[in-house]
Amino acid sequence: MDTFMLIGITGIGLGALYFLVASGLSLIYGLMGVLNFAHGSFLTVGAFVGLWFSTQVVHVSNTWTFIAAMIVGGLASGLFALIVERVVITRLYERHIDQALVTVGISLVVGAVLAGWFGNDLRLLPTPPWFINTVSIGSAHIPVDRFLYIAVALILLIANTALLRYSRIGLVIRAGVENRQMVAALGINVRLAFSAVFFLGGFAAGIGGVLVSAYSNGVSPLIAGTYLIYGFIVVVIGGMGSVPGSFLAAMVIGVIKQYANYYSPGLGDFVVVFLLAGVLLLRPQGLLGKVKP
Amino acid sequence: MNTLSVKDLHVKINESHILQGVTFEVPAHSVTALLGRNGVGKSTTLKAILGLYPSEGSIELNGQSLSGKLTYKIAQAGIAYVPEDREIFASLTVRENLLLATRNESDLQRQQMVNELFPELVSRSAQRAGTLSGGQQQMVAIARALVNKNEILLIDEPTKGLAPKLVTEVADALGRVAGETTMLLVEQNLPLVKRIAQHIIVMDQGRIVFQGSPEFLHDGEWVHTMLGVSGGHK
Repeated sequence: MDTFMLIGITGIGLGALYFLVASGLSLIYGLMGVLNFAHGSFLTVGAFVGLWFSTQVVHVSNTWTFIAAMIVGGLASGLFALIVERVVITRLYERHIDQALVTVGISLVVGAVLAGWFGNDLRLLPTPPWFINTVSIGSAHIPVDRFLYIAVALILLIANTALLRYSRIGLVIRAGVENRQMVAALGINVRLAFSAVFFLGGFAAGIGGVLVSAYSNGVSPLIAGTYLIYGFIVVVIGGMGSVPGSFLAAMVIGVIKQYANYYSPGLGDFVVVFLLAGVLLLRPQGLLGKVKP
Repeated sequence: MNTLSVKDLHVKINESHILQGVTFEVPAHSVTALLGRNGVGKSTTLKAILGLYPSEGSIELNGQSLSGKLTYKIAQAGIAYVPEDREIFASLTVRENLLLATRNESDLQRQQMVNELFPELVSRSAQRAGTLSGGQQQMVAIARALVNKNEILLIDEPTKGLAPKLVTEVADALGRVAGETTMLLVEQNLPLVKRIAQHIIVMDQGRIVFQGSPEFLHDGEWVHTMLGVSGGHK
């Protein structure tokens, strides 16, 4: 029973990391229809800037410096995403094949530059001392860092939902997704709103990059690969453009993958792909996605 | 004094030369109706004015050139638009549709005017716009264009596809607005045009073929020749 609980909570922690990657994808891919394979590089840039901040700027590792590293990594990644959108993507709206080709290219270039500069080996990201502690629930000892991942994912979910539902920019984004031209005809600079979406998506990916690095015991240009694939799976299973759907899907995938890997070692990825196929066959709009008319 | 001045406007879409040198003016504080058979370029003219289609030629609003400006800048200059297919935001509520369009939330007088024109929308403010009837959606589209103080209202076939009772309601609302707003109206409904328009412009095959008084609409033969429909009274 304790093992069952341990695996369940660590699965939720893993799901939280998937959500951090997927929330940005859900906004960019789900809402704006931009097939952004450069999202993984947003994550990597955030992780490396977080590493730079932790090792070159503050030189100490405690809770506050780690939170600051997450924010700095997020801001750097958001800025990078904004530049990618303004320079490249803005010319490619509605051109999905071109988007895929260009963003794959950006991803390869960023990966190659970082690998050339830092190498592909893991570089240790300083974390607060309490990261290695555990919390006892019953007789299960749960690593404390999993609760941080879950908390950050929850904060991001609430912030995303509130932004889309209650803010002016959220209103513009929701309207722009339906009919970009009509929003412009109302005198609103819809491109500015879409740039904001890219920034927010990059910001979430950057925070995710720092946390994924903490989870993976280090930063490397290769860390984003698997997480990006899982990010896309989460967005598809959760429903395009539904951030709460992505949260639910990420949790389900994290938990199922952990249980599958424990009870049938090595089958975790297969079970997730099987789940993806099942959702596409039985509920193509995803768990919380809307059926397009 | 003219609010809108369009000179030698050309629009080419793919290989088609849709507008071929359209020139007209819309006098201030009046309703000008743009008439013509289906497919002659009336809606394209409105969209070109708003920058939704690339165009060549000159478009001026109160003497300021709009040529080459982005759509949102043109709208901010004071042009409101009610599109042919309403194009309301179906997933947003009625209130959100109007809030999105509002550029000056402190202009309570205009909000009051819109509420008085369309009291039904007040009671349905929390309803998703996509679940409204066609007539109610048209009211949202018109209300959305009226929540700001604009220089001119471009309105494209506001009564198209509406039941006769709703046509009357929309026509009444437009009649009340007509006294206060400069309007360029594309409409096939001749009784409505006769009721509110002070000037008419007739288009054919991407060109202006007539500009003058709506008095001509009472001439059945003229209407049949120019617009290809029966109507009017000698």
